[in-house]
Amino acid sequence: MEGKDSITLVHLAQKAFAPGKIPFPLVHIDTGHNFPEALDFRDQLAASIGATLVVRKVEDTIKQRSLTEPKGKFPSRNWLQTYTLLDTIEEFKFDACIGGARRDEEKARAKERIFSVRDEFGQWDPKLQRPELWNLFNGRIHKGENVRVFPISNWTELDIWNYIRKEKIDLPSIYFAHEREVVLHEGQLVATSEFVKPDDTDLVMTKMVRYRTVGDMTCTAAVESTAANLDEVISEIIATRISERGETRIDDKVTEAAMEDRKKNGYF
Amino acid sequence: MDLLRFITAGSVDDGKSTLIGRLLYDSKNILIDQLEALEKSTRNKANGEVDLALLTDGLRAEREQGITIDVAYRYFTTPKRKFIIADAPGHVQYTRNMITGASNASLIIILIDARLGVVEQTRRHSIIASLLRIPNVVVAVNKMDLVDYSQDVFNNIVIDYAEVAKQLGLRQVTYIPISALNGDNIVEKSTAITWFEGKPLLEFLEEVETGNDINLDDPRFQVQFVIRPQTEALHDYRGYAGKVISGIYRKGDKVRILPQGIDTTIAAVEKAGKEVDELFAPQSGVIRLTEDIDISRGDSIVKTDNLPLLSNELEVLLCWLDEKPLIPGNKYLLQHNSRLVKAVVRNVEYKLDVNSLQQQPVEGNVRLNEVVKAVIKTASPLVYDPYTKLSATGSAILIDETSNSTVAAVLIK
Repeated sequence: MEGKDSITLVHLAQKAFAPGKIPFPLVHIDTGHNFPEALDFRDQLAASIGATLVVRKVEDTIKQRSLTEPKGKFPSRNWLQTYTLLDTIEEFKFDACIGGARRDEEKARAKERIFSVRDEFGQWDPKLQRPELWNLFNGRIHKGENVRVFPISNWTELDIWNYIRKEKIDLPSIYFAHEREVVLHEGQLVATSEFVKPDDTDLVMTKMVRYRTVGDMTCTAAVESTAANLDEVISEIIATRISERGETRIDDKVTEAAMEDRKKNGYF
Repeated sequence: MDLLRFITAGSVDDGKSTLIGRLLYDSKNILIDQLEALEKSTRNKANGEVDLALLTDGLRAEREQGITIDVAYRYFTTPKRKFIIADAPGHVQYTRNMITGASNASLIIILIDARLGVVEQTRRHSIIASLLRIPNVVVAVNKMDLVDYSQDVFNNIVIDYAEVAKQLGLRQVTYIPISALNGDNIVEKSTAITWFEGKPLLEFLEEVETGNDINLDDPRFQVQFVIRPQTEALHDYRGYAGKVISGIYRKGDKVRILPQGIDTTIAAVEKAGKEVDELFAPQSGVIRLTEDIDISRGDSIVKTDNLPLLSNELEVLLCWLDEKPLIPGNKYLLQHNSRLVKAVVRNVEYKLDVNSLQQQPVEGNVRLNEVVKAVIKTASPLVYDPYTKLSATGSAILIDETSNSTVAAVLIK
C-alpha cells in the first residue's frame, strides 16, 4: 500500500465505508528495500484515516526461516516477499486479500479473475479459474484457502492517474520529478542507495527523474522527467510509447513467464 | 470517454488472437517494449514472422501449444473510444470462459474461417450471444486471403449465417470480410477486397451505437453492507451501502424492503459519507431510512410504485459450466448479486441443441456446456426481474457447496 494503485484502492475503500472506518486492516509486506519516502507516506496515510496498519518484514522471514538472500548487483527480494505474505495471511487467518493489480500491466495478470482463489500454498492455477459472470463474484473458499481480490482489474494506468487528479489523492513525492543520483543499467535508470552500490564500471550521474511505479529500490527504475505535477505526469503518460512495467520494472524481464511463475507460487 | 466492451469468439485457429493483435498493432496501441518481447518470442519459433497472437496468449502453456486457454482482457484507446476486449478461447471445453467474457459485453465479434464457413462452434457462440442478449453481432469472415478474396465465398457465408441469426432473433448483425494476418479491413480498408463497400472493423467499432446499457426507470438496490460506526458522533447512524443496479433514489422516496415486505421512507442518500440529492445507476452509495428495520446483506430496497417479482420458484435457462454434471435434486447455492440462498434444480424440461436449436429431451444428467430449461426452487423467495427486462436482477450463478465452484449461469425467465 505504497504505490499509486494501492493508494487509489485505499481511497476507494474509504469512500465505500464512509462515514464508518475501513473495517479491515491495511497490510504492507516490507522488503527492507523500499523507498523511505514511500514508507513515510504509508505511515501517514494509515494514521490520517484511522486504519489499522499491519507491517511484516521480509528481513524477519529471512532470519526465521533461514532463507538465502539473493545476490548480485540488484539483489531483489521480490521473490522472497511471497514467503512473508503467506506467513502474514496465515498469522491473521485472512480469507481475502484485496490488491491493486491491473490487467493492463502484464499479460499473465490479464488472465486473472477479479476474485482469484488461491490454495493453501497461495498458488494460482490459471487453468482452474472460476467463471466470472456479470458482476457476480463467487468468494467462497475452503478452510486454508484465500481469495485475492482485484477491484481495479479493468482500470488502465491512465484511468488511475485521471482518477487521482479528479479526487485530489495525495501520492508519495517520488512520483514527481526530482533530482536523484542514478546509474544506467541495461538502458534503465536505477537509483543508488544502500542496496544498489555502483561499481567501477558504472557511470554515476545526477538526473531529473520521477517514478512511474513504486516497488523496491532494487527492482524499480526511474524515468527521466521534468513533470512536477499531475497534469504534466498525465501528459507524459499519454505521449509515452513504452509500457509501465517495461519502462520501470527490472524484475519482469528475466523470463517471459516471470509474473506467471511468481503468481503460481503465491505472489500477489 | 465512451467505452465499448466487446468479445471475440470463434473456433480454434480461426485467428482470434491474431485479429486482436492486428487491431492493437495497426491502431498503434502496442508499445515498444511489448513489440520487442513479441519479436523475441517469435524468434524462438519456426516460421520467423512476427506472431501477433503471442500478444494475448499470456500463459506459458498457451504459447507452447499455440492456443488460448483462458479469457484475456486487452485495453486500447483510439481518439473516439476506449475499448475493453475479452478474448475468449475457441475449443469446446473452454466455452464456459466465453460465457464469462460475453456476460459483460455489448458487442460480439464472431470469427468465421472463410474456408470452413458456419460450423458448430459458430452456432454455439451465436446461441450464447442470443441468450445473453448481446445487442450487436459482427461476423468477421477471416482468412479471405486464403480464398482469393472471393466475393462468392463471402456471400455464401452471409446467407448461411443470416439463417442462424434469424432463428436466434439476432437483429443487429454486420458482416465484414477480413484477413487478420494481412490486415485487410481491420484498421485500413482492404485494397484486395474491392467489392466490399462497408467499413473496416475498427471504424465500425468506433462508430457503432451500443445503446444505453444503464436503466434509470426501474429502481433496484441491493444491500451489500450495513454501516454502523457506533462512534460518539454517529451513535445512531445506520446506513445501507450498496450499488444502485438501476433507477434513481432520492430523499423522501416511498420504498419497500424485500423480501420482508416492509414499507418505509428514505431519510437520506449519501455518497462517500456526504448527503447528495440523488443516487442513480450505476453509482455506489448509502441509503438511510426513516425507521429502524432489521435489514441485512442481500435485502432489496425498491420503490413501492415499481416492484420487482418475488418468488421461490423460478423458471430458468441454465448454462452448465462444470465438469461434474448437474444432478437434479442436488442442493446448490444460488448467488443473486449479494444475496445467497440455498436452491435445488428441479424439472429439467429440455435442452437446446446447439446445431438445430431444437428443444431436445434430456437423457441422464446435464453436462458441461449444455443449455437447459429448468425450474429452480429456492429456500427463501428471490427478488428478481426477468433477464430480458433487467439482466442485472435477472441473472444469477449456482455454486456447488462442496467444491465451491461456480457451476452454472442462470438466466431467469
